[in-house]
Amino acid sequence: MMRYMMSLLAALMLWALPAIAQNSGPLRIEITEGVIEPMPYAVPDFVGESATATEMGRNLSRVIASDLSGTGLFREIPAQAHISRITSFESPVQYADWRAVKAQALITGAVSVDGSGRLVVKFRIYDVFAGQELGNGLQFVGTQDGWRRIAHKVADQVYARITGEGGYFDSRVVYVAESGPKDQRAKRLAIMDYDGANVQYLTDSSSLVLAPRFSPSGDRVLYTSYETGFPRIYVLDVASVGRRVLPTMDGTMSFAPRFAPDGRTVVYSLTQGGNTDLYRMDIGSGASTRLTNAPSIETAPSYSPDGRQIVFESDRSGTPQLYIMAAGGGEARRISFGQGRYGTPVWSPRGDLIAFTKQSKGRFHIGVMRTDGSEERLLTASFLDEGPTWAPNGRVIMFTRETQGAQGQARLYSVDISGRNLKQVQTNGGASDPSWGPLQN
Amino acid sequence: MTEAMKTNGAKMTYLSKTLILCAGLALAACTNPDRFENQNTVDLGGSGAGLAGSAQDPTSPAYFQQTIGDRVLFAVDQSSLSDAAQATLNGQANWLGSNPDYTAVIEGHADEQGTREYNLALGARRANAVQEYLVSRGVAPNRLKVVSYGKERPIEICSEESCYTQNRRAVTVLAAGLSS
Repeated sequence: MMRYMMSLLAALMLWALPAIAQNSGPLRIEITEGVIEPMPYAVPDFVGESATATEMGRNLSRVIASDLSGTGLFREIPAQAHISRITSFESPVQYADWRAVKAQALITGAVSVDGSGRLVVKFRIYDVFAGQELGNGLQFVGTQDGWRRIAHKVADQVYARITGEGGYFDSRVVYVAESGPKDQRAKRLAIMDYDGANVQYLTDSSSLVLAPRFSPSGDRVLYTSYETGFPRIYVLDVASVGRRVLPTMDGTMSFAPRFAPDGRTVVYSLTQGGNTDLYRMDIGSGASTRLTNAPSIETAPSYSPDGRQIVFESDRSGTPQLYIMAAGGGEARRISFGQGRYGTPVWSPRGDLIAFTKQSKGRFHIGVMRTDGSEERLLTASFLDEGPTWAPNGRVIMFTRETQGAQGQARLYSVDISGRNLKQVQTNGGASDPSWGPLQN
Repeated sequence: MTEAMKTNGAKMTYLSKTLILCAGLALAACTNPDRFENQNTVDLGGSGAGLAGSAQDPTSPAYFQQTIGDRVLFAVDQSSLSDAAQATLNGQANWLGSNPDYTAVIEGHADEQGTREYNLALGARRANAVQEYLVSRGVAPNRLKVVSYGKERPIEICSEESCYTQNRRAVTVLAAGLSS
């Protein structure tokens, strides 16, 4: 299945259809921190050119709507309110009918299956009030099994053209699937689409596994497993599901691994004699270099997108706080100074913000701050929120929320960096430790 | 999805072959979406349960676990050993001295109030504190290993201090047979 997904990635194609209008018009959502009114849009069922394609056309439009409305930036005008019916992709759009239902954006599409059994999906985006097309029509070709990816790609195009930001719908998340009671919890690695679809399990639950992290290109996953009875770091190839343990000294524990942006270097925590410090390893040679040397706990590292700095968690001041040092180690500067304990810092893909877990007055929060520690904003509050991970466009954060008490369970949630649009990510049972992968090609 | 692919006919032919290959793989994967479905075993990380021997037999692991006490507890965020903990560990050290065929793995644990990776490191501090104390009381270092489970293996599951206090622990789990 993994190999199939990787191949699909290469198999998707697009090219421009003849443009109706070149001007991009005024249709625009500015993503700001203020409260925004979601933009009303319509996405009628894509027109099918056969019985199978008709059903597919409906499925595609539903996934596109789920992606767009799921952002909280768009609001769908439901089909029963539509006046016009789109029965042909090429017929002129009746703008007045769409204005009457107050749809500002209209997405139309057509689906067919070509001679090789491939799905061919064409779509156009219209600025209803300007009465013109927004950008060029596009066409995607892929396997029928990969139809959800095509829908996500259409939605990514709509999102990008209207917000001016990169999309994030055609992406995947690796996480820990959990089952069983709290004192006997079974954990295994799983991978899914960002919206919870297409779940695949990467390990069994015979060994405890923790905190997976995607490689920058999404081809590999680093994680910690107790396979040997002691926590050690493994690297897993997503396509083949083959894995190998990274070499670390006997009598030590290693955990909290993260890739550097080069995809070849790993920063991680190593515990020896009860003391935990940060090290970096060249995956190819297995050679490790020590980065910190302190009697305190140093863990939860994360590289800056340019690979030059590492933000990490340390209790050298007496409580866990956030620090930044050069990627080669050396002097670190503290960036968290608010009340409480700070952990699991993760550098945003844009480089401008650091997401973190904060523990204060018996509550947990997910928050963001600038890389100098200024402008701290808490986005969530609950009994236990932890482990933020960034969407590829740096606009949304996914994290683990665990409920209180003997029946407590972990689930995945997402929230905008504005603090809006908090919602649960659909998973089959318990889930924790998400790592959001890159936008797929 | 590159610019080149928009117009490159040769590329398309190549991609068609790829599609046929991956369609077959997808079908195979769908017949067994969960390749691990028959394996539901859980690694409890050696809770020390179900030990052989009678608690009345002072040479039995059951005696070690129940009469001497196989665990010590810690204050919030701390890894220092209380007087009560030291008394328990004195008993453990004496027992290990009289039963030289046993080795032990010391498991460090934390309560759920903390992030996962920090708690792993905190559990390691606790396990290490126990190891160092036992060594100071004459147990050979090569008979002791340490591991941390952080907050992954609670024994009490409520979200209150009465449970947390039992979960902030280091447990000395016996294994038969000296490695040397």
